[in-house]
Amino acid sequence: MTAATATVRIVLPAHLRRLAGSGSETRVEVSEPVTLESVLGALESAYPVLVGTIRDRRTGQRRAFIRFFACELDLSNDRVDERLPPPVVAGSEPLLVVGAMAGG
Amino acid sequence: MSGVRVLVGTAKGAFVLTADGERSDWKVDGPHFGGWEIYHLAGSPADPDRLYASQSTGWFGQLIQRSDDGGRSWRPMGNDFPYDGEPGTHLWYDGTSRPFAFTRVWHLEPSPADPDLVYAGIEDAALFRSSDGGESWTELPALRQHPSAPQWQPGAGGMCLHTLILDPRGNDRIYAAISAAGAFRSDDAGTSWTPINRGLRSEGIPDPDAEVGHCVHKIAMHPERPDVLYMQKHWDVMRSDDAGANWREISGDLPTDFGFAIDVHAHDPDTVYVVPIKSDSEHYPPEGKLRVYRSRTGGQEWEPLTKGLPQADCYVNVLRDAMAVDGLDDCGIYVGTTGGQVYASRDAGDHWTTIVHDLPRVMSVEVQTLP
Repeated sequence: MTAATATVRIVLPAHLRRLAGSGSETRVEVSEPVTLESVLGALESAYPVLVGTIRDRRTGQRRAFIRFFACELDLSNDRVDERLPPPVVAGSEPLLVVGAMAGG
Repeated sequence: MSGVRVLVGTAKGAFVLTADGERSDWKVDGPHFGGWEIYHLAGSPADPDRLYASQSTGWFGQLIQRSDDGGRSWRPMGNDFPYDGEPGTHLWYDGTSRPFAFTRVWHLEPSPADPDLVYAGIEDAALFRSSDGGESWTELPALRQHPSAPQWQPGAGGMCLHTLILDPRGNDRIYAAISAAGAFRSDDAGTSWTPINRGLRSEGIPDPDAEVGHCVHKIAMHPERPDVLYMQKHWDVMRSDDAGANWREISGDLPTDFGFAIDVHAHDPDTVYVVPIKSDSEHYPPEGKLRVYRSRTGGQEWEPLTKGLPQADCYVNVLRDAMAVDGLDDCGIYVGTTGGQVYASRDAGDHWTTIVHDLPRVMSVEVQTLP
């Protein structure tokens, strides 16, 4: 029996889109349960250049000026093994990876 | 005809400035990596088309970029800089011990002989090496594991390894400088290190002539006289004639001996350049006049170079990696400022022109002399 998979839409900040050479929106296939951890893992597998740019490559800790939003919710400080909101899992809403508003 | 390529790292991207050997008609290409801080760009002496760039932001961290066509195109390389084993600790500003943690790459130093061999000085201070053109990085841990390292304390800009000099004789000698630990030398390709700070005197530390703890800003060497080193320290311009074993002050008649950048004329090992800055708390030129000072006597006697440089209302800084010389005859000198200007002299400093005047804050300037 094959594990169920979901296609998750991800919107990256412009700098990371340019680095990855991806379009305005990126899609990754993720096995259930769909979590921040599994989505970021799939994203980094698809675009190795992004390893270390969103979260620490060893600890997995979110970089300080990165935020994760979806469905008008701030998921940045949620547990990374929590299931993402159903609309993200269903592909009707994207996961937004956002560079925090921090001057510069 | 020969030419020059000036590699400019700024707070918001990299720029490549090119001219033929006349050095009067400049083409400005960039920004590359717009919006990112480019602490340093460096070209391989062994292959001038091979360039390396240190790209970072507080948002997305560190990347290393490489070009194989002189800066026309770039591709990201390895950005993993793992400390070798236990990172150990250094002192934080408040005197507590804090583990070494990677922040960014300050300086890239390509090998004179092998385009794929490049060294990186990072914050928190450590030395890394890549022998595959930047694909992967390995620490040379002996420097960070020096017995004095637990007492190293960061300068205001962070605890950075900012200066790397590879002895051009190919004798495995490497110089490194760390703010604010001081200068170190390895005679065995980085396997072991000796502090080389004898003769430095720093009033800002409890023991002014301590073996380590000095805020060395930059060291320069002329390749034809590799045992002679020139240093711009936090305060004081210094010289060593014995590969760093002993230093003596050569500030002489400078208007102030605080500054960041120092470099040596390409064809005369006794001709040295500095950019005096008013003080450690006023990072701009004295009297609002940007003056590069030149000594033709290896220090002590200095002359201001002013023709073409702003001589009123100028309050920019010239950072430690933001001065460079080309190898043409007459020697060209290049200075980048925190105000976004890049000034060039094609007659060893007698006259200056502005190549470009509205870049972001200039963090580094390197020059390649092209065949």
